[in-house]
Amino acid sequence: MNHEAENDDRNAEPEPSGDGIQETGSAPPAIPDSRSPTPEIAATGAEKLAEIIVVTSGKGGVGKTTSSASIAVGLARRGKKVAVIDFDVGLRNLDLILGCERRVVYDFVNVIHGECTLKQALIKDKRHDTLFVLAASQTRDKDALTKEGVERVLTELRDEGFDYIVCDSPAGIEKGAYLAMYFADCAVVVVNPEVSSVRDSDRILGLLASKTRRAELGAAPVAQHLLLTRYNPARVINGDMMSIDDVKDILGIEVVGVIPESEGVLAASNAGVPVILDDESNAGQAYEDAVARLLGEQRTMRFIDAPKKGLFSRLFGG
Amino acid sequence: MGIFDFLRSRHKASASIAKERLRIIVAQERSQRGAPDYLPLLRREILEVIRKYVNVDMEAVDVHLENDGTHSVLELSVALPGQPVGLAGGLRAEG
Repeated sequence: MNHEAENDDRNAEPEPSGDGIQETGSAPPAIPDSRSPTPEIAATGAEKLAEIIVVTSGKGGVGKTTSSASIAVGLARRGKKVAVIDFDVGLRNLDLILGCERRVVYDFVNVIHGECTLKQALIKDKRHDTLFVLAASQTRDKDALTKEGVERVLTELRDEGFDYIVCDSPAGIEKGAYLAMYFADCAVVVVNPEVSSVRDSDRILGLLASKTRRAELGAAPVAQHLLLTRYNPARVINGDMMSIDDVKDILGIEVVGVIPESEGVLAASNAGVPVILDDESNAGQAYEDAVARLLGEQRTMRFIDAPKKGLFSRLFGG
Repeated sequence: MGIFDFLRSRHKASASIAKERLRIIVAQERSQRGAPDYLPLLRREILEVIRKYVNVDMEAVDVHLENDGTHSVLELSVALPGQPVGLAGGLRAEG
């Protein structure tokens, strides 16, 4: 088995430099949840190399791109070699959130169509040596992405020694979203504590369990994680917003992170600096925690309680 | 919670309403998951055929698929309005 021999060689290689924060050994990090098995596909040995994470939601505007950018940066900050791919063909946005919009020369579709090499299209992040961005194309052609093309790019990234490939899914359940999740080992389902978002997430969970390569091969299922965003603890206490437990009860999967509604998120996207790099903001710290949990670390949830009220507002309501 | 809260208009916590509605719709959608894609079309065509003879409304045809592991039972029930006893009934197909 050629693949396996290759695999062993790579696993024997030392981790990329700067991996002082998080020690996970050479194997991909285990996720401490019985319902989220460590990815293993028997069909091809190469799967053990890079973990493919899809960031998806069904509904639009819930924070997929913000989350993809922060997760990718969070992994890269730990010295992991990370590629983050924008699957939203026609509506390129990940480049803006990561602040590299003026450096896009070639895009994902160019690579798939053989108009440039993958190396030419990968944009190296200015802040992190091990982070690379593959921008979406601005073409309006809906069939620009093909399953074979996507597979070829993912395989090439694997062969290049990437540790993680983060796929930023477009909204909806059309082709782009389907292809973003098809090859995934692990899914981060971004959900707002709001009815339409929760319902769409359930739909996405159903698709992850049936319309992915892992499902088709009968391999271990795609590991599923919920990432709650735009969480407002004060409104939860008032009974105006569903709680973490409510969402968890309805969807029945583990919560990997809770990102509080925060001014920091807009400020970060304004500046083109992923919010995880803003250590001052609650959202940034919450993303940092979420990435740690994705890598198997145990961390208690922060920023999920409402700020303490003063005597005045306690007496008179606030 | 302030001591003057009673002065303000009380409203039922909307989060619990949201949770209840979601619980029902998600359960319903999960039960339909994995059912063949042709079910809605099948339902519509059956309805059209019935409408040639009887004026029934959109909700009259109930298509239900049950999975027993080894085989599936497709159950169609059609409610016919204002018909003599004997005409209204069920139609069963196994596959």
